[in-house]
This record gives sequence, structure tokens and C-alpha cells, in this order.
Amino acid sequence: MENDGERVATQTMEKAGAENRRNVAISARSLVKTFGTGEFAVHALKDVDIDIRENEFFTLLGPSGCGKTTLLRMIAGFELPTSGIIQLDGQDITALPPHKRPVNTVFQSYALFPHMTVAENIGFGLKMLGRSGGDIDKRVKRMLALVQLEAMANRRTDQLSGGQQQRVALARALAPEPKVLLLDEPLAALDLKLRKNMQIELKSLQAETGITFVFVTHDQEEALTMSDRIAVMRAGEILQIGAPTDIYERPTHRFVADFIGDINILEGSVVSSEGRTAQVRLKDGAVIEARVPEGVDGSGDVALAIRPEAARLAGPDETAALSGTLENVVYFGAASYLHLRLGSGEEFVLRHSGALDAYDLSTGSVLGIALQPGRARVLE
Amino acid sequence: MSGAQLSAAHAEAGRRARNARLGLLGPAVLIILLISILPLGITVVYSFLTPGTYGGVTWEFSTAAYVQFLFEEDIFDGTLAFNPAYLQIFLRSIGLAFGAMIGTLILGFPTAYFIATKPRQQRTFWLFLITLPFWTNILIRTYAMLLIIRDEGFINLTLMNLRIINHPLSILYTDTAVFIGLIYTYLPFMVLPLYASLEKLDFRLVEAGYDLYASRWKVLSHVIAPLAKPGIIAGCVLVFIPGLGAYITPELLGGGKKLMIGNMIAIQFGSSRNWPFGSAAALILMALVVIVLLVYARAAGREAKAHG
Ligand SMILES: Nc1ncnc2c1ncn2[C@@H]1O[C@H](COP(=O)(O)OP(=O)(O)O)[C@@H](O)[C@H]1O
Ligand SMILES: [Mg+2]
Repeated sequence: MENDGERVATQTMEKAGAENRRNVAISARSLVKTFGTGEFAVHALKDVDIDIRENEFFTLLGPSGCGKTTLLRMIAGFELPTSGIIQLDGQDITALPPHKRPVNTVFQSYALFPHMTVAENIGFGLKMLGRSGGDIDKRVKRMLALVQLEAMANRRTDQLSGGQQQRVALARALAPEPKVLLLDEPLAALDLKLRKNMQIELKSLQAETGITFVFVTHDQEEALTMSDRIAVMRAGEILQIGAPTDIYERPTHRFVADFIGDINILEGSVVSSEGRTAQVRLKDGAVIEARVPEGVDGSGDVALAIRPEAARLAGPDETAALSGTLENVVYFGAASYLHLRLGSGEEFVLRHSGALDAYDLSTGSVLGIALQPGRARVLE
Repeated sequence: MSGAQLSAAHAEAGRRARNARLGLLGPAVLIILLISILPLGITVVYSFLTPGTYGGVTWEFSTAAYVQFLFEEDIFDGTLAFNPAYLQIFLRSIGLAFGAMIGTLILGFPTAYFIATKPRQQRTFWLFLITLPFWTNILIRTYAMLLIIRDEGFINLTLMNLRIINHPLSILYTDTAVFIGLIYTYLPFMVLPLYASLEKLDFRLVEAGYDLYASRWKVLSHVIAPLAKPGIIAGCVLVFIPGLGAYITPELLGGGKKLMIGNMIAIQFGSSRNWPFGSAAALILMALVVIVLLVYARAAGREAKAHG
């Protein structure tokens, strides 16, 4: 029990090691993109390194304006990097124009050609590649079947619903069988129900076609459910790359922890450490054991991250790691979220899934908090 | 009120409404009659009369004007022989107008594209430059063009000073001069409708084209041109039709030697004193224009239906 978190971590690392040996599809080194000059310069990307592997569903996740679109457009060939290189299958494509890259894009606005039918839209890429009419017809039929739009082949694109247009855009980009498919917030314009359906459809399409997907979103839930790996970006930098469980369970950066899901972040300082385990004294005096992830300096003043589900109310016979006064209880059926105020004045949210009958839940009552071992983490 | 009374009241009200409508339409109808139908009627009537000795017409029915367009009457035995002279002027006019249309399209398209892709604030400036020639009288602009292309003009002097040529290129008073003049005069009429179309173009579609393996030319022919088609058609009509009836440009730059339809018609009402033939030629020109417009209307109709 004590070492559960650790074991999961080692397993994932081993898996990651195996995945590393898979071929890299897209590789970017020291990518920098600056728009404008002088005092008007916008640093859209600052020194980005990234390896996207073959056949993976890779997601760029970050708040609006962090440079996701810029990175995607650079892979597509619409923007030249200010410096740095981009490779596709080991070949330098940094200066290659978009029409010479075996990479296709699903645009956020779909960008379907209004002067063509659905079938003509889907066949456009193949036509430009000089495929024969028969080949194109066959492939278009298959793509129409793949996105379940057989009946719409001869419709004009403005006669389709948003979800249907989305699927045409997808079929059009997949038809030429690109090495890499780029998707820039493709689901943002759809309503919630349709978006959930499309998430599942996209994921299975990726598995079916075996094409590398590079998917852009600012929705952390979408990223967690769909991706093989996620790169979390902020202000033109990549903060952490990893599998959804890595990003969620083992964030290395305070921003990443905060951006993905609910999390408690407490200030403290390291009093002693052994290997990658540190004893951290919080501001209200409690000392807590926490893991120090690779690449994080575990000394001096640090921030401590604890997920609400890694904490619960301490039983009557347990020694509580922390204690706080109750401010609010939000009941969710299977579990309740309790908002507590610690002695340091910091807010702490915990998710309690057991019965609450034994506790005094009146506002202002002082409650003990028990922590799941190994789940508290020191952040950068 | 009985049913009969009611329907009578209805009929009365309907009649009043109709009268009111006619009353409102009246001025418009009058203007159309005065400006368009009346002169056209006079032209049609004149074309079927006999020329007067000192200009004007004598009231004697004749189809000679239309016959004269294609045939020449032998002065001795009165037999008709085919005379292609006038037909040639028409064909040359069509050729020059068509050439000017193609020329302005080739020059105008990149110009309009350039302006449409500028930041919004800068576009007004470039459009202002395009319309700047309209601020000067066409006669003066054409004389200026004459000064530029004549033997001792700017083009020849520059080329000779650069020792690219030894003798001046004789451009003035040739079809080439008229062609250059027409392109210069009608270029804005091509650029403006093209710009209006290209400005509405969604440039994300251009990116989608590049993304799907289309080269620059393929993007132009498969994405941009089809989407700019309304502007292309409008520009072509706006250049071809006035180009066909051009008068000042061929008069000055063609030196009266290289006639276009407009000059030929003017001569009939002037020195040739053959008003019926002038009228007939004007009507034939108009028939040509109507044909062009019908083709345009059909193309535009197809477009509207396709986008309906
Ligand atoms: N063409 C451009 N000119 C100037 N600034 C730009 C341009 N494109 C993007 N930017 C800026 O670069 C930053 C990153 O933009 P973007 O890549 O679109 O972010 P995201 O897709 O993550 O929302 C933003 O600050 C944006 O304003
Ligand atoms: Mg974006």
C-alpha cells in the first residue's frame, strides 16, 4: 500500500521507455516564433522541443493564446519558424511549402470549399495529387462510409449541419492518407452532446487509420479522455509532456497541476529529504511526506500539490495530517466535496466518498484531514 | 351592406390603388421613354431612310443602310458585291475589346488580389490610387498616353538611352497603340469588381487548398478563380462593352487610321453624311452588346442558382 504510487510511476516509465523506441513522426527542435519586432514583438513560441511518435494521438493542451495554433501551423507549413527545425520521418521539412508536406489539417472553421459538393471536397486532395478519376471515386466512397455521410455525397456543403460539416472536413483531410493529421480545436464549435460523440468517433478513427493525430484543445477533460500523450503549454512554452495519467497524477509544474483538474496547492519548505521523498513543513506547522518528481529541485521553499481525491476526513481514531475549519459542503451523491480553511489561511478541498454521519458538518467545525500516502507532490 | 355593394367597394378600392401605383410609376416611365426609348426609336427609323445630300435624312424608306454594311453596289451596273470593309472594322473592334478585356484581367487580377490581401486600413489608399485617373478628363489622359508612346516619347527615349534599341518603336497609330490605350483606360473597371469579389474571399479556403496539395497555380484555378467568378464576369462585361464602343482612344492613338466601330459611326454622321448607315451601324453594335449581356445574364443566373 505504501508504495502504490511509486510502483505505478515505475511501470509508466517502463512503458514510456518502450514507446520511446517507436518511430518518431514529427520532431521539432528549438522552435522559436516571434511575430512582429521591437516593442510590438509577440513571442508565440519560445524554444519548443517536441517528439510526436508514429500512430499516436498527441494533444497540445493549454489556455487560449499559448501558441498551440502557431505550433500546428508550423507543422502544416503555413508559418516559417523564426528559428529552429522541424523534421518529418527524419527529414527536414522546415522550409517545405504546405502542398509538399504529407500532412493535412482539419481547420477549426472547417474551411470547406463552398463551390464544390461534399464528394468533390473529399476528393480535392487526391485530385491535386494527380490520382486517376477511378481511384478518387473509390477512395471518396470509402471516406464517405467512414464518416457515415454516404447519402450526402452530392449535397452542397452549406446544406449540412455543423456536425456533418465537421465530418466532411475530417474525411477531406484523411482522404489523401497523410502521415500526420493536424486538428485545431475541431470540436470547439459543436454542442456538448455532439462533441462527446465526436470525441469517441475521432478516437476510433485514429485507431482505425493508424495515422498520427496532433490534436489541439484548451479543454483538459477532452485532452485526458482522448490522448495517448499530452503536451501542456503555457505562454509559448511546453511545460510537461506525458500520458494523461502522468499529467494528472504526477504533474511536475504548478501550472500543469492547476490547469488539469481540481488540486490543492499549499506553500511550504523542505525540512529533510531522502532520495525522491521529502518532508515538507507547511505554513501552519504540519509536516507532510511528499514525492519530488524527476527534474524538480526538492529543497527550500516549495509548493505542495494534493488532489481532492487523495484526501479524506480522518476517522475518530486516526491521527490527522492536517486540520481545518469547515466552510462548505458540496454533495455529489457518490462523494462530497468539503471546503476547509487551514490554519495558514489556505483553502483545502477534499473529496470524501464514505459516510459522513460520524462527523460534525456544521460550518466552523474543526475537522481532521487524512492523506493517501505518496499522493502529495512537490512542484516546480 | 349587401354582397354586391361590398364587391363594388372592393373594385373601387382596387382601381384607386392601381391608379396610385401608375401615378407613382409615371415619372420613371417618362424618363425611360425620353432617355432610352425615344432616341432608340429615332435611330431605328433613321436607319430605314435615305441619306440627305447635306446630312440628315430624306423620308423615303430604304434598307440600303443594312445592305451597305456587307455589300457594295457597283456604280455602273448596280449589282451587289461583297464588301468586307465594315465587317472588318467590327471584327477588329471585337478583337481589340476582347484583347483589352483579357489584358485588363491579367493585369487587374494580381492588382486586386494585392489590394484585397493588404491590411484593411491600407486598402482604402490603394483603391484611391486605382480610382485616381477618374479625376482627370479621359481626353487629357489619352493625350498623355500619346505623349508617352510616340516615337520621341518617354518609352522610346528610355529604351534608346539604355541602348536596348537603336530606332524608335513605331507604336503610335497602330492597333498596338489602341490596345495599350484601351487597357489603360479600362483597367479600373476590371480591378474594382475583382476587388469586391476577392475582398469577400475567405483566405482560410486558400490555406485549405495549399494544405491539400494544390500548388499556387492550382489554388488560383481551383479555389480562388471559381470563388471570384462573379467579379471576373462583371469586370469582363464592364471592360468589353465600353471597349467595343470606344471612340476617343482609337481616334487619338489610332490616328483615325485604325478605326473602331465608334469612329466609323461618328464619320457617318460627320464627313460621310450618311445618317441612315450610321444609325444602322449603331443598331448592329447594340445588338452585339445585347448578345454579350444575355450571355452574362445566363452565366450570372447559373451562378445564382448554384449558390441558391
Ligand atoms: N499572425 C500573427 N501576428 C501576430 N501575432 C500573432 C499571430 N498569430 C498568433 N499571434 C499571437 O501569438 C500568440 C499565440 O497565438 P496562437 O498560436 O493562436 O494561440 P492558441 O492557438 O494557443 O490560442 C498569441 O499571443 C497571438 O496573439
Ligand atoms: Mg488557436
